[in-house]
Amino acid sequence: MNELSLQTYEMARRSIVKVLRQPALFIFPILFPLIMMGINVSGLDAATEIPGFPTDSYLDFAIAFPMVQGALFASINAGSSVARDVETGFLNRLALTPMQRAAMLLGLFTGEMLVAFVSTLIYLGVGFAIGLHFASGFFGVLVLLALSLLIALAFAGLGAFIGLRTGSPEAVQGVFPLLFVFLFLSSSSLPRDLIEHDWFRIVATWNPVSYLFEGLRSLIIFGWQAKELALGFGVAAVIAVLGVYGATVALRTRVAAR
Amino acid sequence: MSQERNAGIEVEGLVREFKNGPRAVDGIHLRVAPGEIYGFLGPNGAGKSTTVLMLTTLLPPTDGTARVAGHDIRREGAAVRASIGAALQEAALDPLLTGRDHMRLQTTLQGIAKGDRRRRGDELLERVGLTDAADRKVGGYSGGMKRRLDLALALVHSPRVLFLDEPTTGLDPSSRADLWDEVARLAREDGTTVFLTTQYLEEADVLADRVGIIDQGKIAAEGTPESLKAEIGRPSVEATPVDRAERDAIADVLSRFGSTVPAPPGAAAVRLESGENLAEVVRALDAADLKIADLQLHQPSLDDVFLAKTGRKLDVSAAEEPASV
Repeated sequence: MNELSLQTYEMARRSIVKVLRQPALFIFPILFPLIMMGINVSGLDAATEIPGFPTDSYLDFAIAFPMVQGALFASINAGSSVARDVETGFLNRLALTPMQRAAMLLGLFTGEMLVAFVSTLIYLGVGFAIGLHFASGFFGVLVLLALSLLIALAFAGLGAFIGLRTGSPEAVQGVFPLLFVFLFLSSSSLPRDLIEHDWFRIVATWNPVSYLFEGLRSLIIFGWQAKELALGFGVAAVIAVLGVYGATVALRTRVAAR
Repeated sequence: MSQERNAGIEVEGLVREFKNGPRAVDGIHLRVAPGEIYGFLGPNGAGKSTTVLMLTTLLPPTDGTARVAGHDIRREGAAVRASIGAALQEAALDPLLTGRDHMRLQTTLQGIAKGDRRRRGDELLERVGLTDAADRKVGGYSGGMKRRLDLALALVHSPRVLFLDEPTTGLDPSSRADLWDEVARLAREDGTTVFLTTQYLEEADVLADRVGIIDQGKIAAEGTPESLKAEIGRPSVEATPVDRAERDAIADVLSRFGSTVPAPPGAAAVRLESGENLAEVVRALDAADLKIADLQLHQPSLDDVFLAKTGRKLDVSAAEEPASV
């Protein structure tokens, strides 16, 4: 294992160990989206009767929600964790070692992505157990996992950027409700063309989160849709690039003298 | 450049200004010899931590420069960091990781060979007395245990220069003494150069080979604790009689040995003239048939030095200095 891989591995290990030692950090972020999905599936099932609704199973439509929400929780974890490192001086300890700066972020992101990956497997497992249909088959499941990981990286990048910029776990937690609003002001509950109010439809169309939902959903409901997948992967990649770049710059500023 | 010179610290006109603030460090010059323990003494806000952050390359200086272990802190940051260990203010530990987790991370990041990591970690944990607590989460450690782990982590790569920023602040006397022993051992047996900041006079007095007193960003005095105290004056002797009625008689005898100085009620004290010593005082009191309940020799303290050099007592409750990066 080369130096960067070894350092990244140790930082990722630390990230995962921290999550496992705080059950609240993985039980609730997994459980809460599942509960939300359960409420939506039982309460909004009638939506499948709306003419033009793409599937007769609301579960197939709603399963993408916990995946994106789980990734959002990963962003909060990543942001809070790195902000705490700034606050406690642990970042200074790391900065005083010969560790490559990239390993700090790569390790953090790898750890959070692994947590998000396990979460997605659990969501899919629960989904299949209660009757989820998967139009794109086994290969589609793999692509969905890849897209989920990219979404987790995108959100973790944003979280790390906010955490490094502010150096305050409280500030990261404070941003959470704002990000949550983005989740709801999207096509999370209904396809965009079925949203009745114009303002909501326009906001959902401009909201990049809609394309993350639609990319995931296309694999589950429709099979292989090039445009939805390209938009899903494209939007996630753009957010990931912006988040990771922002976090890298913020880290460089924090350890400016290096 | 010799190995000797490589293990020391040379500071030339180091300055650090913070935005909209005063000069936290205002053009300091100092030298720390290899293997020396240098005590950097001053109240909160004096500029101690800011100096350490600059010398450890965590904060760029506004002006001036320094060489640490033979490397320029401005141009050779990586080489400086490879040569130093640092335990900064407030032990920077992760409460969710165990002592052994910290060791594992630190030995890996410091590039210790795979086969040696575990051995080195265990060795250091044992050295600071944390073997039994190694698998407990650091969140449950006492302040003293955290400080000792912090010190052990700073020693993972056997640094030639060690920076300790207020290593005993908040510790109980027993933990403080343990840490002093370990720091003294590092300098004495391993030849490690130690730059230690403290706001405790006793710590500087007991531990440091030389002391620099920093006040408002400037070095107010520098020297060995003994030479600094010698600058202030000679020791005083204080006698308390068995019978309080003999207090004036005792004061008369004492006055032969020096000038009277204030003493607690019922006691008498004088500042000894040059060449006088306690044995002569005892003989004189005995010859006068005066019975003494208590006799004390007071050496000038670093507190007296600080007062003389800065015009005020060392106030440990002053505002915190800016230490963020």
